[in-house]
Amino acid sequence: MIEVRKLIKRFGLKYVLRGLDFEVEQGEFVALIGPNGAGKTTFLRILSSLSRPSMGEVMLAGYRLPHQAAAVRSQLGVLSHQPLLYGDLSAEENLTFFGRMYAVSDLETRIGEVLELVGLKKRRRDLVRTFSRGMQQRLAIGRSVIHDPQILLLDEPYTGLDQDASSMLDDVLKAVTAEGRTVVMTSHDLARAADLASRFDILSRGVIAASALHADIPPDGLLAFYRRTINQEEEPALVS
Amino acid sequence: MSVKSTSVKPITARAPSFLQAVGAVVRKDLASEFRSRELLSAMFLFALLVILIFNFALELNARERGEITAGVLWVTFVFAGQLGLNRSMAIEKDRNCLDGLLLAPVDRSAIYFGKMLANLLFMLIVEAIVLPIYSILYNVNLFHPGLILVIILGSLGYVTIGTLLATMAVYARTRDILLPILLFPVVVPLLIAAVRASSAFLQNLSMEFVWPSLNLLIVFNLIFIAVSYMTFDFIVEE
Ligand SMILES: Nc1ncnc2c1ncn2[C@@H]1O[C@H](COP(=O)(O)OP(=O)(O)O)[C@@H](O)[C@H]1O
Ligand SMILES: [Mg+2]
Repeated sequence: MIEVRKLIKRFGLKYVLRGLDFEVEQGEFVALIGPNGAGKTTFLRILSSLSRPSMGEVMLAGYRLPHQAAAVRSQLGVLSHQPLLYGDLSAEENLTFFGRMYAVSDLETRIGEVLELVGLKKRRRDLVRTFSRGMQQRLAIGRSVIHDPQILLLDEPYTGLDQDASSMLDDVLKAVTAEGRTVVMTSHDLARAADLASRFDILSRGVIAASALHADIPPDGLLAFYRRTINQEEEPALVS
Repeated sequence: MSVKSTSVKPITARAPSFLQAVGAVVRKDLASEFRSRELLSAMFLFALLVILIFNFALELNARERGEITAGVLWVTFVFAGQLGLNRSMAIEKDRNCLDGLLLAPVDRSAIYFGKMLANLLFMLIVEAIVLPIYSILYNVNLFHPGLILVIILGSLGYVTIGTLLATMAVYARTRDILLPILLFPVVVPLLIAAVRASSAFLQNLSMEFVWPSLNLLIVFNLIFIAVSYMTFDFIVEE
């Protein structure tokens, strides 16, 4: 579903991704973990066509970036810690706008379903400006799935969510994977990642430094796996 | 080495047509603006101030008024328009909504044209309110079909290049200062053509005096639209 070969991304002289290879089959749920500044956000922005690769090949859902970007985008749902919503529009109006941008058929019914899913039916006519951070993020979840995308790209989606909203996102993600959708998620929260993902990839120094299936990691073993990988990577000179 | 695509065959999904996407962006901007009226009220107040200041600063007799009207009008439109362009892109950038727009499965130029048309509508609305006020204050009749055509063409050219440059400026920390610095030099030729054509119409000169400026206006419009269409994608992608 996702195939990335020798991906390089640099900002000026600074290399963030250094020949990264990455492959995801349909139905997999990959947790992308790594230290701050490792390039997780940068990588997801490239996958979502918001950022151009400096070099390398990127294919999603059978389409190649950057040339078939519009076709790729039609298959993507993207959720980050910023809700990407309009404050001066109501919840319903925001979803109407995004639904139109994805040519969602029978939009009114779909908006009803989505509002139900994220638990905002009662607030649907209220301006997003008046929503709490958690409610905005709920609506953002709705925005990212309104067109029933094949691939979900999530960048720290749990940031700013309260207990209720977090377990709602858990449910949405479980439902989405049960339908055979593909998910790539970055998260600081290893416990959450351990709970949801079918595979763990560690991004460090611009490449996928290690990858392990959920089945191969003992319960509570994710942190140890993560530490081991990061420490191996670290050059002795850098260890204080 | 190349990626083999045998494993995944392309999935076709729905995507809006170019025009549907443009329409969705325009409707979104109008809905948002009629809710907050942030942009229109700022543009309108600013335009009113400029006109009043000119009215009091220059004490003119009737003949002089006829001559400077075109200049005063366009200065007003340019400054008020600049304010609108800045706000229109700031709304997209402040909450990073621009990313949300850019994720839509359409050619990015559809997003550009949507923003541009919304900006054009806002500018025309402000102009439609300013013109009668100006007519009354200066006692000049501005309801000349030729002048209205020039105003539409000039505004179109202005927001065409203005939307593109506002998008560029919005990525900079100093966007409020950057936009006029980028925009005003580029629109000077357009402005000269618009002022000349407006002035010729207001003084009821024969068409042979109007054509050169009018042609120039049309050419600028075509160039600005072509340039924006070709470059927008590169401006918004990192
Ligand atoms: N637009 C940009 N310009 C320059 N440097 C950038 C840009 N975006 C990200 N970076 C740099 O790339 C590195 C990786 O950032 P990021 O992808 O946000 O990491 P992560 O999400 O893993 O914490 C950081 O060092 C950051 O400073
Ligand atoms: Mg990040």
